[in-house]
Parts: sequence; C-alpha cells; structure tokens
Amino acid sequence: MTAGSDEPGGPAQAELRVPGRGAGLRDVARHRFLLKLLVDKEIKVRYRGSVLGLLWSYVKPGVQFIVFYIALGIFLGLEQSDRNPDGLPNYAIYLFSGIVLINFFSEALGNASRSIVGNSGLIKKIYLPRELFPVSAIWVSGIHFLPQIVILVVACLFTGWSPSILQLAVAIVGFLIAAFLATGLGLIFGAINVYYRDAENLVDMLLMVATWASPVLYSWEMVRRQLGDTALSIYMLNPLTVSVETFHYAFWLPTTDQQFALPPGFLPVWLPVALAVALFTVILGQHLFRRLEGRFAQEL
Amino acid sequence: MALAIEIAGIQKRFALRHTRSLKETVLWLLKGRKGDLSKTFAALNDVSLTVEEGETVALLGFNGSGKSTLLKHISGVMLPDTGTVRTRGRVAGLIEVGAGFHPDLSGRDNVFLNGAILGMSEKDIHRQFDSIVDFAEIGEFIDTEVRFYSSGMYLRLAFSVAVHTDPNVFLIDEILAVGDEPFQRKCISKIKELAEAGKTLVVVSHDLELIGQICRRGVVLEKGRIVHDAPVAEAIAHIRGQ
Ligand SMILES: Nc1ncnc2c1ncn2[C@@H]1O[C@H](COP(=O)(O)OP(=O)(O)OP(=O)(O)O)[C@@H](O)[C@H]1O
Ligand SMILES: [Mg+2]
Repeated sequence: MTAGSDEPGGPAQAELRVPGRGAGLRDVARHRFLLKLLVDKEIKVRYRGSVLGLLWSYVKPGVQFIVFYIALGIFLGLEQSDRNPDGLPNYAIYLFSGIVLINFFSEALGNASRSIVGNSGLIKKIYLPRELFPVSAIWVSGIHFLPQIVILVVACLFTGWSPSILQLAVAIVGFLIAAFLATGLGLIFGAINVYYRDAENLVDMLLMVATWASPVLYSWEMVRRQLGDTALSIYMLNPLTVSVETFHYAFWLPTTDQQFALPPGFLPVWLPVALAVALFTVILGQHLFRRLEGRFAQEL
Repeated sequence: MALAIEIAGIQKRFALRHTRSLKETVLWLLKGRKGDLSKTFAALNDVSLTVEEGETVALLGFNGSGKSTLLKHISGVMLPDTGTVRTRGRVAGLIEVGAGFHPDLSGRDNVFLNGAILGMSEKDIHRQFDSIVDFAEIGEFIDTEVRFYSSGMYLRLAFSVAVHTDPNVFLIDEILAVGDEPFQRKCISKIKELAEAGKTLVVVSHDLELIGQICRRGVVLEKGRIVHDAPVAEAIAHIRGQ
C-alpha cells in the first residue's frame, strides 16, 4: 500500500487492486517503520510519568531474584546442601533462569491476545495489516525481557558462570521457540478474542498452567521419577518445556559442576521438534488469523 | 480516464445482535453452521459504483443509510459478503480524524505515528513534517502531550497529517466541521486544492452547502441502495425532497 507514495500528485500507474487483503506476516516486514513506531509508543506510554522509566524493568526482576535467593534458597532450604542432598545447586539461578523466560512468554502471549481488541479504535477505521498489533506486542515483551537477562547474567557471573558457545547458541534457539510460540498463539487468541472475549480469560488460565507444566520450579528428572519415560516424552513435546530447559542449560548448568544431565535426546531430538512445533504454530496462527480478520472491523 | 474505484454489486449484511451466548454458538455449530448465528440485515444492497480518477463524489443520505459502511469497503477496512471492490493507487481514509492518535504521546510522536498509519514512509514524514506543523498552526505545542491540547488543536493536527499523506484517493467522512471558522475555511480550500490537483475524492457530509462547493457528482444512498447518481446539485435537490 506504500507504492507510488514518492510521486506526489502523479497519476497512479498501479493497477486496480482489491483493498483490505493483506499478505499476512509478510506485510509486517514491509511495514517495519510503522512496527517500530508502534513498539516505541507502547514503551513510552507504559513508562509515562515515571521517574525511573525503563529502569523499573531492571529493578523488578532484580528484587525478584533477591527474594528467591533469600526465601527459597536460604529459608526453605531448597538449595542443595548437606541437609538437603537431593536439592539443586544454585537453586535461585535455576529458578530465575526459567522464570525470566516464562515472564517473557506470559507477557508476550497475554498482550498479543489483547492486542486486536485493544486497538479496535484503529482497526475499525483505517486499514493496515492487523498482524502488526500482535507482532508489536511480542516485540515490546522482547524489549522488557532484555533487562531480565542482564540481571540473570549478573547473578550468574557472581556464581562462576562460564558457558560454552554451544550453550549460548542453544539458549538463543530456546528464546526463539518461546517467541514463535507466543506469536502463533497470540495470532490465534488475538483473533478469537474479537468474537469471544472468553479467549482472554482462557489465555490467562493457560499461562498459569504453563508455569507449572514446564520445569521452572522443579527439575525434569522429577517428572521421570514420578511418571516414567513415556510421560517424560509427552512432557518434552511442550515447546515451552524445551525452551525453559535451554535456559537451564545455558545459564544454570555452567554455574554448577556440570553434573546434571539434559533430558535424553534433548539436543538432537527435542530441540528441533520444539522449534518445528513453534513454527507450525506460527503458520497455523497466521492462517486462522487471516480467515478471521475479514470481519474484525464489524465485530469490534 | 482510468478508473480509481470500481465497486461491482456488493452486498454487506450485519448482525442485528452481536452478543451470542455459548449455548447459541454450540447449537449453531452442532447444526452444521447452517444459516446465520443471529438475525442480519443488509447495510449495503447490490451497490455498484465506478469513480474515475480525479472525480469528486459526494455520498449523501440519511443517518444509517450506509455511507460510512461504503467508505469502509473502499478503504479495505471491511470486506463485502458478495461482489467486488477494487481501487487504484493509495487510498487514505479519513473515516474519522484522530483515529490512531494517542493522547499520551507528544504532538510530534503522533505526527509520525499517524503519518505511518496512514501509509506515509519515514522519508515522506520527515520531508513534510514542518509543513504539517505549519498547517495545523500548532507551533510550540508540538512537543506537548496531545491530551493537553484543546479539542480543536487536536483535530487540526490530525487533519493536517491526513491532508499531507498525499494518497491517490481520498475518503472523507464527516470531518469538515473541524476547528474554528478560519481553520475550517483553510481545510476546505485545502480540499479544493486537492481536487484541483487531480485527486479522487469521496466525501460524506451532511453539510449540503459545503458539499455542493467541493464535489461535482452526488450519489444518494437510501437503506443501503444507491437511489440517485447525478451532478451534485441534482442529488442535493433529491435529498431535500424536491
Ligand atoms: N459493525 C456493524 N455491525 C452491525 N451493524 C452495523 C455495523 N456498522 C454499521 N452498522 C449498521 O449499518 C447501517 C449503516 O451504517 P453507516 O454507519 O454506514 O450509516 P451512515 O450512512 O454513515 O450514517 P450517518 O449519517 O449516521 O453517519 C446502520 O443501520 C448501522 O447500524
Ligand atoms: Mg456515517
């Protein structure tokens, strides 16, 4: 839709086209400038009138980490010690590295699911690729995720963190898995939310389950010990489990003596499977979104 | 002359009641999705209209006759149930000024955001920025948050961005009553200027005097059908019941 804008007043050479039919996520790539402005807007509006501004997104996870460290590690004794030999070493790091990822995923999916209804004023009046709204919601969450990673890395460095290149690369893939999954599901629930506002509540519930259905608070070995190998395989099919595990692998494991194993077949099987599932979700999400978007303007 | 807008036999039905209970939905799905989930009516009924490049068309009709709905089909915000709509070049809809303005952002940020929303490139906006601010006569308030603007100032800036987007087809819905008297005159002369520059205009307004000055052709809608299509003076006479 931007063609011809460089020739003011000139008659359009363009041919007749059907308006309102977008090219899906490809349109988002073509509207990068608008995407950037939408993301900037979210960030500016969120921290409007606050003195600390974006600094808040460092303070909050920082305090969160300290609370975990003291309450769970020291008071509850979940940390591995002589009294608790079954515990995980550096439990606070273990917990926090999973939590930052779940935080990102929750914020991304929650906001993407609300993004269409939240921008109804625009969507009802002006045509623009509507995928921009869920995608910008994911992007904003990515920006909020950065400070948390900084806090995590600082905490890791204090405990003698020395990751390998492979571990870092795997963590990046893990992050992409979470981002793609949130994009795909965000497109789906964002579109359904226009018709049935129940979708929002469903997402909130799913996100609560997500924290417990992935190895954030406990370790994957407990799943195998309690439920067996088949259950573990099903458990590993959840891309979020894999994603969280990549963060343990990259941030927590190198702070320990590297004695803890990854789930069997993690790198050769589960990581590619999770990436494939996440990408499939994006394709499915985009397909569903495009089927439903034609009636957005009249239903909002 | 080439066609700018081609609308061929479109129909649009809306639900009379949008809320539906889970029970209704489940029953509807079980019955194999037969029929509509709720009662509908035709907001646009067998509408066909072609507009040539450079034409200035007024859409006239009483409240609820389907004018805004038709504009939304031209801009692509809505898709017809049957029939086709095709347009040539960039279409900018001023369906409502200020859609896309965010009250918590400064005037400057809003110019960029709204310009990009209306389809301007980054380069276009930079090039036009001063001209936008001048036209709106906002001056030093450009870095103030828009929620502190008076409602007239807000509309001026929004209108100014919109007229600077330089599309091929301009859709204007009820926005001519913007600002104070001098600014209104300025808007109108700007719109006339656009028309003279060969832009295609489709204008909806209940201000028949004004529309008579701006447009040459008048199309009258009644309950979602085109009932009259003639030079604007005749169309206005039709609307007034003469
Ligand atoms: N999203 C929608 N869902 C259901 N009905 C709608 C929707 N949008 C418009 N309508 C109905 O379609 C009809 C035409 O509406 P429209 O807004 O096009 O009228 P209009 O000619 O612009 O009127 P006005 O002069 O008051 O602006 C009205 O009866 C309106 O209630
Ligand atoms: Mg209207």
